[in-house]
Amino acid sequence: MADWKPSAPLAKLKTRARLLRRIRAFFQAHDVLEVDTPILSSAAVTDPHIDSYSIKDPRSGESRYLHTSPEFAMKRLLAAGSGSIYQLCKVFRQGELGQRHNPEFTLLEWYRLGFDHQQLMAEVDELVRELLDDYFLLGETRRLTYRDAFAQYAGLDPHTSSISQLQAKVKQQGIDVTGLDDTEKDPWLDLLMTHVVEPALPRDCPVFIYDYPASQAALARIRQDDPPVAERFELYIYGMELANGFHELTDAQEQRQRFETDNRARQAAGLDPMPIDAYFLAALSAGLPACAGVALGFDRLVMLAAGAKSISEVLAFDADRA
Amino acid sequence: MASYSTNEFRGGLKIMIDGDPCSIIENEFVKPGKGQAFNRVKIRNLKTGRVLEKTYKSGESVEAADVMDTDMQYLYNDGAWHFMHPETFEQVAADESAVGDAIKWLKEQDTCVVTLWNGSPIAVTPPNHVVLTVTETDPGVRGDTSGGGGKPATCETGAVVRVPLFIDEGELIKVDTRTGEYVGRVKE
Repeated sequence: MADWKPSAPLAKLKTRARLLRRIRAFFQAHDVLEVDTPILSSAAVTDPHIDSYSIKDPRSGESRYLHTSPEFAMKRLLAAGSGSIYQLCKVFRQGELGQRHNPEFTLLEWYRLGFDHQQLMAEVDELVRELLDDYFLLGETRRLTYRDAFAQYAGLDPHTSSISQLQAKVKQQGIDVTGLDDTEKDPWLDLLMTHVVEPALPRDCPVFIYDYPASQAALARIRQDDPPVAERFELYIYGMELANGFHELTDAQEQRQRFETDNRARQAAGLDPMPIDAYFLAALSAGLPACAGVALGFDRLVMLAAGAKSISEVLAFDADRA
Repeated sequence: MASYSTNEFRGGLKIMIDGDPCSIIENEFVKPGKGQAFNRVKIRNLKTGRVLEKTYKSGESVEAADVMDTDMQYLYNDGAWHFMHPETFEQVAADESAVGDAIKWLKEQDTCVVTLWNGSPIAVTPPNHVVLTVTETDPGVRGDTSGGGGKPATCETGAVVRVPLFIDEGELIKVDTRTGEYVGRVKE
């Protein structure tokens, strides 16, 4: 007989419900508007490391995509004058399944007009502390640049190290990896980030890592420092990646180029190019107000609050039972 | 040749690594927020029994290992260890490296799990519990049923097990092969 029962115990579902209520109260108090945008879209994310689910409309034969984040639609609202907004929604990513991943999961995404990534980090910190305060004690928040995180925990400079220096570090750490080649540096940085830096981060406090290599900008602005860095941040608690934020890129021209670069990388990797979101680019051309935005993995926040080891413990029905 | 994508990785999956058949013990999907995802796996080499850790770029394909766990009856040892399939009566002979630590628990007629790779035995797992005759131990101490302390006893298969003081030579005892511990006395 099929195992029809929930993957989460009722107590953890109550924690989930309570956190949802408190998030809504937080944003109401901060005068941020709740919105909801389409889950099914004619365009899709181009990021070569994110795999969208596609659905063919049986009548028109056209493809629609399940969103992997509500980013493009929310930015269209911002360009239309919504002011600061937030959304709690289900998003979908193919192939992401593990202790901390489920292909369908809940994102809390919000945008703050006039904020840069430093100001938004402060608000993320405020929200996370307020939500987790009832469950356990968090130490003082730490902020460090991507460069400092690598210097401190991997003993190298991520901006100036060559691919062969990164490979030597991987080998020295005893990591036996299959599938990476010698042509791209970022996957080697990602390997060191996930295998060496993340496990070594301070555990019982929020840790923000910011100012990423420009090659890992995604939709963040690039600041012309030496070397140039992306105004992007990630939040970690107990070594678990919880949120990713940007001081948002507002330049339509540059955004289009990044989409096209992504699609070329997809084709080089044998993946289908994705339809670029023309509505989103048109909204950027019309003018996206200066803002910062962040996406926070809501299920992982529940994991922390409920002391769960696996994401399936905080989902009513995980992917194996959905 | 059959292969698995990292998406299909899960505990128990049998894959080839550097020419050896291996079994996945644990699979963890890791991703640094944005960027390249990886599958971190803990793997047992089924030939050597060694456990190793490996990382695959997510989306890679890995050759499948034609490995099957089969219940077979242990027959006899003539330098090689012979096993028989209870239904097909097909027989296989395992060498010492395949039998490994199971050697001291193998009793004729017992059903073991024989791991076959391309049809040849590479590992033998004894039953969780075996019943063995004690062939050598100090004389039993009557009345002592406390089980405290104990003494070594050699069994018919050569295994040495710690038993309570009241056990005598010629008695049958039940042993847990996973821990090597005495479980109880068995009446004939």
